Amino acid sequence: MSGLAPVPDAEHESVPIGSNDDVVRARQLVRALAQQCKLSLVDQTKLVTAASELARNTLVYGGGGVMRVGLVRRDGRVGVTAVFEDSGPGIPDVDQALTDGWTSGGGLGLGLSGARRLVDDFTLQTEVGGGTQVAVTKWAR
Amino acid sequence: MLKIGDVLLVSIQVELEDQVVLELQDDLAARIVDSGASGVVIDITAVEIVDSFVGRMLATTAAISRMLDAQTVVVGMRPAVAITLVELGLSLGGVRTALTLEKGLEILARRDDSRPAQL
Ligand SMILES: Nc1ncnc2c1ncn2[C@@H]1O[C@H](COP(=O)(O)OP(=O)(O)O)[C@@H](O)[C@H]1O
Ligand SMILES: [Mg+2]
Repeated sequence: MSGLAPVPDAEHESVPIGSNDDVVRARQLVRALAQQCKLSLVDQTKLVTAASELARNTLVYGGGGVMRVGLVRRDGRVGVTAVFEDSGPGIPDVDQALTDGWTSGGGLGLGLSGARRLVDDFTLQTEVGGGTQVAVTKWAR
Repeated sequence: MLKIGDVLLVSIQVELEDQVVLELQDDLAARIVDSGASGVVIDITAVEIVDSFVGRMLATTAAISRMLDAQTVVVGMRPAVAITLVELGLSLGGVRTALTLEKGLEILARRDDSRPAQL
């Protein structure tokens, strides 16, 4: 994928997403950072749930990839950003993919659309044949 | 998996990976038939997140057990999990829930009373 990833500027960690185990590890890492930046319990739960959906998409549809996650600071606020990246087939119709209930596989079609609702910032970049990158951020209140 | 009277009790204690979630769903269906259970309680007190994959497992398990003449009650959902599930877009309409294990067992006991007597 081209373009600068909206990645955690400072310290960030990378987790390969190549198996169901990795999805669990990704969730745990996001949880640890969400606690570290003192997100409320509800916000932690929302962010980790979004990360779980996106990590699974990276694995299942993207054919595997990587998650980068870290703390971010902006305007005196602290948050957690997680970026999921793969070089899979990409998403031909983003609006469709973001529609509640739409799935090209056997899912519920709530992963992308639900993840977008659960976080504060959501960006999706994709290119057919070039891969997909989804970045999500949740800010501490 | 534990059987108390007519009820199968499944307590989810660890963070489940997707494959294990599917296995649990299949095991449960088999156990309902083998044991002739009339009710299933799935205790998710220890579960920190329920995403669409686990949510679907709960809904599917409830549907399967209904077909096998057993009722499922999901107990112990954390408030943060409930809030997140609804925002995710999964209201789990077909899944009976109760706040505690005790209340879940109560629901199942009530249901059992209302079963027509066997001829
Ligand atoms: N990383 C990805 N690479 C390619 N396609 C994707 C990716 N993530 C999501 N999609 C597409 O978007 C659709 C909707 O995703 P999602 O909302 O998570 O639902 P589900 O996973 O249940 O199919 C998927 O069915 C798939 O077609
Ligand atoms: Mg998905």
